Amino acid sequence: MASAESSVERASESDLPRQSWWTRTRTSRTAYTYLFPALIVMAIITFYPIVYQFWMSLTDFGPSSINPNVANYKAPNYVGFENYRLILQDKLATVDADLNSFRFWRTLGFNIWWTFSNVIFHVSLGIVIAVMLNVEGLWFKKIYRAIYILPMVLPQLVIATIWRNMFDAKEGAVNLFLKIFLGPAIPEAGIDWLQRVEPVAFGLPLSYFAMLIANIWLGWPFMTIVATGALQSIPKELYEAASIDGATGWNKFWMITLPLLRPAMVPATILGIIQTFNLFHVIYFISGGGPLGQTEILVTQAYKLINGNSLFGIGAAFSVFIFIILGCISAITARISRVAESYDG
Amino acid sequence: MANSSITQSTSRKGLFARGRGAGRQLEWWQQLLLQVFCLVVAVSVLFPIMWIVTLSFKEAGSQRSSTLELIPKSISLSSYQAVIDQPLSKTAGDISFWKLMGNSFFLAAGVSFFSVMIGVAAAYAFSRLNFVGRKFLFLSIGFILLMPGIATLAPLFAMLAKIRTSLEVLRIIYFVLAGLIVTGLILMTISRIRSDDFRAGSIAVVFGGLAVAGLLLWGGLGIDIPKNAKPFDLGRSLYGVGLAMISGALPFAIWNLKGYLDTIPKELEEAAIIDGASPNQIFFRIILPLATPALAVTAFLGFMAGWTEFALTARFINKAENYTLAIALQTMTGQYTTVSWSNFAAMSIMISLPVSIVYLALQKYIVGGLTLGGVKG
Repeated sequence: MASAESSVERASESDLPRQSWWTRTRTSRTAYTYLFPALIVMAIITFYPIVYQFWMSLTDFGPSSINPNVANYKAPNYVGFENYRLILQDKLATVDADLNSFRFWRTLGFNIWWTFSNVIFHVSLGIVIAVMLNVEGLWFKKIYRAIYILPMVLPQLVIATIWRNMFDAKEGAVNLFLKIFLGPAIPEAGIDWLQRVEPVAFGLPLSYFAMLIANIWLGWPFMTIVATGALQSIPKELYEAASIDGATGWNKFWMITLPLLRPAMVPATILGIIQTFNLFHVIYFISGGGPLGQTEILVTQAYKLINGNSLFGIGAAFSVFIFIILGCISAITARISRVAESYDG
Repeated sequence: MANSSITQSTSRKGLFARGRGAGRQLEWWQQLLLQVFCLVVAVSVLFPIMWIVTLSFKEAGSQRSSTLELIPKSISLSSYQAVIDQPLSKTAGDISFWKLMGNSFFLAAGVSFFSVMIGVAAAYAFSRLNFVGRKFLFLSIGFILLMPGIATLAPLFAMLAKIRTSLEVLRIIYFVLAGLIVTGLILMTISRIRSDDFRAGSIAVVFGGLAVAGLLLWGGLGIDIPKNAKPFDLGRSLYGVGLAMISGALPFAIWNLKGYLDTIPKELEEAAIIDGASPNQIFFRIILPLATPALAVTAFLGFMAGWTEFALTARFINKAENYTLAIALQTMTGQYTTVSWSNFAAMSIMISLPVSIVYLALQKYIVGGLTLGGVKG
């Protein structure tokens, strides 16, 4: 895919030194004919809403500002950057008392910590399991592979709701499981995984750890699949040569396996980072951002502003923040992996 | 380039690939340790699944058990029956299970069909044609792709909820779409007959297209407009949700399909160009037939996303008759609901089964595509 630009274009441009504008733009015109339907649709329902969103974020757009035909219609007023100020200074409670526990910087910090703590587990577990599965002579390999893909196959929403019920304080599967091993150490009413307010470690509530478990379960198979593909393309001769030179298994893992996995794992990790950063289903269905908004991430907070509180103006301003933050993250990751070159590939 | 050679091997071998050189023997203790490790992982993966399967086989409405059960003692399908009879609790609304399923299917199939159809043309342009603004447009699509759908929920809702019209408009749109498809088919048939190239494949396309057009006509006629009906609220209907979902599904389809099209070797087209083929002929005669598996996979991924879409649907839909499976499942979650856990378990299995089976069937192609997308973005 590198440098070989469309040969269609080469064929039409190499004929004569000077061509009329009409002839020269022929490929562009063909291209835009193919793009036309997609561009029209995206202009209306993808790009225009982004612009509209920015305008909304500068107004006090509320639930009654939507439909001009109803009796209690209230036209949105321009309020400048008031919404942004309210968000950054955590003053949303002045608009809606429900938003008492809203803390912008805590949400952002938690979101970043949530992303990295998850992705580290996904990648390391994914690689370890892939390497174990790739050991020659392992029995039942096919059965294990068939089982390990299951978390990817089930819809995320269903998985999240199942884990929500598993972490239930009363008769949730996790508590029942712990009871078998720890017996009386578990309180009679069960561990309240999702509602316990007091932080347990690192200043984070128990619900964070519950979701971490659920999301590790959900995320590592993808990394294992990517790593398995990469492992199988590492030539066996490298390991044989290393054995002759007296390398131990551990040496081989660090000096051959890991470096050769890197080209496949870096893009997969970046994909994982973006997906985990925006992982709506797991947070929204398992902890719901609770207790007291301590495990809220940016997307769930935005969703609550828009859906629960119908604060469209503030929700739009919050979404603009999400755009900026994700733009920064993707710029950083693009630099790391130098994806920019491969776009044009 | 190094990346893509590795991912290609992924797509070729897939997850079920046979380990190389199964001849080597492990020491018995190595084998034992590895087996223990793999078993622990397998058990942890199966734990939630077995729990939910066991729950779903209990009697409908039975109490939660106070001991852990991971293997069903007896199999009763009454929970499934109960969910099919009465998916929502009486207070949440009155809608049949088949209607829920129909709504989810309508959303998922419609969104994935339109985004793939429109997306494949755009993907061809991005992959094979050089034009002014190519890099800029493609990067902006990539940027949109990074954004969660929720980040444009507010403007989409505000925009779509403004649109209120009579239901007549909807019927006209259906008819126009059907007309466009029929016209396209007629043009295609004429040009094929002229160039003496009307083969079995073309007949299949004609019949497929006619079937879609027929469905649209039937759907348009099926919209019943009661006298003094309330105006049709786009933002409160499944069509509105579908439009909002296409705003995210279309960039995904373009990006994904472009990745696939890039892997189709250029030599075929170069040969065709020497024979005097135009870009249109290359697209219809070479690219589209070769990209059929990619189209199927992209359409399926779009379908899977639409099948369980929750956030947009929950914001847009306010009438029980338009609920989808995802909304119904949400009302069954958690400890304060009136729905029994065995019903919840049966519901989640019934939602998962159709898409999971197709996923497993297509898995070889999907895995290759996912990693390819990873390399690209």
